[in-house]
Amino acid sequence: MPLALLSIITRHWYDIRDLSNLSGAIEDRIADAGGPDWLIYVVSALLGAGGIVAFIGGVAIINIWVERRVVGRMQSRLGPNRAGPFGLLQPVADAIKLMQKEVLQPRTASGLIFTAAPIMFTVPGIFLMAVLPWGRNMVLADLDVGMLFLLAASSLGALAVFMAGYSSNNKYALFGSMRVIAMLVSYEIPIVLALLGVVLFTGTMSLNGIVLFQEQYRVPIVMLQPLAFLIYFFAVSAELNRTPADIAEAESEIVGGYHTEYSGMKFGLFYAAELINAVVASAIISTLFLGGWWLYKLDELVPGWMIYIGKIYGVYFLFIWTRGTLPRFRIDQLLAFAWKWLTPMAILNIVLVAAEVLIWEESGWSAGLLIPVYVAANGLIAVALIVAFVRLLAPKFQRFPTRLRYYDEIAVPSLPATPAGSRPA
Amino acid sequence: MIDDTGITVAFYVLAATTVICALMVAFVRELIQAVLFLALSFVGVAGIYVVLSADFVAVVQVLIYAGAVAVLMTFAVMLTPAADRHNSETPFWGPAAVLAGLVLAVIVFVAYDTSWRLTGREAFPATAASLGEAFLKPYVVPFEVASVLLMTAMIGAIVLTKDEEDGADA
Amino acid sequence: MPDLLLAHVPLEHVLTLGGLLFAIGLYLALAKRNAIGILMGVEIMLNAVNVTLLAFSRYVVSPRPLDGHVFAVFVITVAAAEAAVALALAVAVYKHRDTVNIDEIDLLRW
Repeated sequence: MPLALLSIITRHWYDIRDLSNLSGAIEDRIADAGGPDWLIYVVSALLGAGGIVAFIGGVAIINIWVERRVVGRMQSRLGPNRAGPFGLLQPVADAIKLMQKEVLQPRTASGLIFTAAPIMFTVPGIFLMAVLPWGRNMVLADLDVGMLFLLAASSLGALAVFMAGYSSNNKYALFGSMRVIAMLVSYEIPIVLALLGVVLFTGTMSLNGIVLFQEQYRVPIVMLQPLAFLIYFFAVSAELNRTPADIAEAESEIVGGYHTEYSGMKFGLFYAAELINAVVASAIISTLFLGGWWLYKLDELVPGWMIYIGKIYGVYFLFIWTRGTLPRFRIDQLLAFAWKWLTPMAILNIVLVAAEVLIWEESGWSAGLLIPVYVAANGLIAVALIVAFVRLLAPKFQRFPTRLRYYDEIAVPSLPATPAGSRPA
Repeated sequence: MIDDTGITVAFYVLAATTVICALMVAFVRELIQAVLFLALSFVGVAGIYVVLSADFVAVVQVLIYAGAVAVLMTFAVMLTPAADRHNSETPFWGPAAVLAGLVLAVIVFVAYDTSWRLTGREAFPATAASLGEAFLKPYVVPFEVASVLLMTAMIGAIVLTKDEEDGADA
Repeated sequence: MPDLLLAHVPLEHVLTLGGLLFAIGLYLALAKRNAIGILMGVEIMLNAVNVTLLAFSRYVVSPRPLDGHVFAVFVITVAAAEAAVALALAVAVYKHRDTVNIDEIDLLRW
């Protein structure tokens, strides 16, 4: 009986491997019933947008638990485990707590800007998902300038941070938001240059085209351009205000930064917006660098969108991993990292990629020969560049630091005498 | 599949939004709110570009104007704290308004009076590839000059705002 | 697909929108007291010019219709460079004079 049901489902117009069949069938029903053209367009747009918003909503709730639990386990502690089995109801508890808190607004703050700032922080992250391909025919808006659309939407976040910081009428909030905007603007350049390397190689700015390129040549772009992947990963984790670049929310430094004065659900919206932006950045990385819905013909068995969501959570685990491991940078260290390390490496990456594309186009060698050569060459050059930068730019690594310690000069009777320059006791 | 009603309605709504935001830039009484309305009018103009089938220029407009120029202006407002933040007008605002009205009248008259050679052309296909070719084949010299201009502007901005330090380190 | 934009949004309306934005920008550039207000007017004027250029590129007979788009991108580039330099000037003047009010910056000597 269940087998019969399954065969009905797979033989019918509804095939969950490609959800565009579902929306196509609905559109055909409407057209047969004699509906006008604009109704079909509106219904398909609503279906796609509804799916994306459902995914975003689910993500915002699930990721609260995922983040806190995984970070907790990485730091040898338990994470939330009281609000339900394995702490699975923790997001529900968080949501109820935030909803029942009073939404305070300082009287001298500018009311409209204060309310609009969290909304403006969240919305670009959500409508970015419209250009991402979820399956072979499942793109809500197959823009030909999809990559530029990603960059434009992520550059709108800086304005929202300023609005939040300024309208709080609080000098710590303003100071914190100025630092964050300086950081956001500095990290936009390595992001653009790293993505430019990807666009140069694939020859198209449309995200669906990039995934089809990876399918055609059967190589995910992370193997072809590891340097661009690393640059993009670190630059976008700075754009997301995640550790190691989370000076915006460093409670030990500037209270709360730009969301000091926010409470209740407005703060909840900032918190959710950070999680949503993290997932959107993971989605972009898995589309551009890891192949999106394609995984070496696996998408004939498993629906493409499930592969995609799996990859999104894989990259999100990488983000959580760096958060749980690395300490926080100072603001001047962050800006130095952007300008002195990431930007020159990204520019060198572009020169390299342009040379490779030229060699590919001008000589008649086939892709089957050139792509393994490029994978090996780019990997070696990436490692060489990183080692060169560390050797030239980083402060010297000292296994046993020889800084002056106070007790080196105080004669404490019970301590054994430590000769200068050796390991401190 | 797009009906004409959709594009027409979109154009008029976006045009109204942009003009209202530009007027609010003129008449609102706080400088920061004026800068934020300016950012909103930039986004409205980007919508008009999309209606005019210029997708690449629309995305470039959002990326550069709303993402960078608006942030630059907010930084400039923040770096001049003791200046007048009330967005007030000079005593000559009356003649300025009259002049602006006259310029508008001339433009509208010319627009309605000229007989334009209209084409029945469809919307452009994607413009990014053709624009890339245009930048590298006929217009490569202005492209390179624009890059030199941007570098000069960057150096000029840094030099203008540098602190005077005696014996400054290199 | 026959183009339906032409049939329902006449070129004159788009040009009027450009003219309206230009007039508002001109008023801002002439009547505001703060240097940053004047710069906002100039940016609105440049946007209006771009709207007009793209409208012509879309509606009017031309051997190379994408020239309007190229010109619009150059206008955006030059406007960004000019905004950066103008704001740097405003901040530099503020450091010496403590004001960016153009009515008070009226002497040529320091």
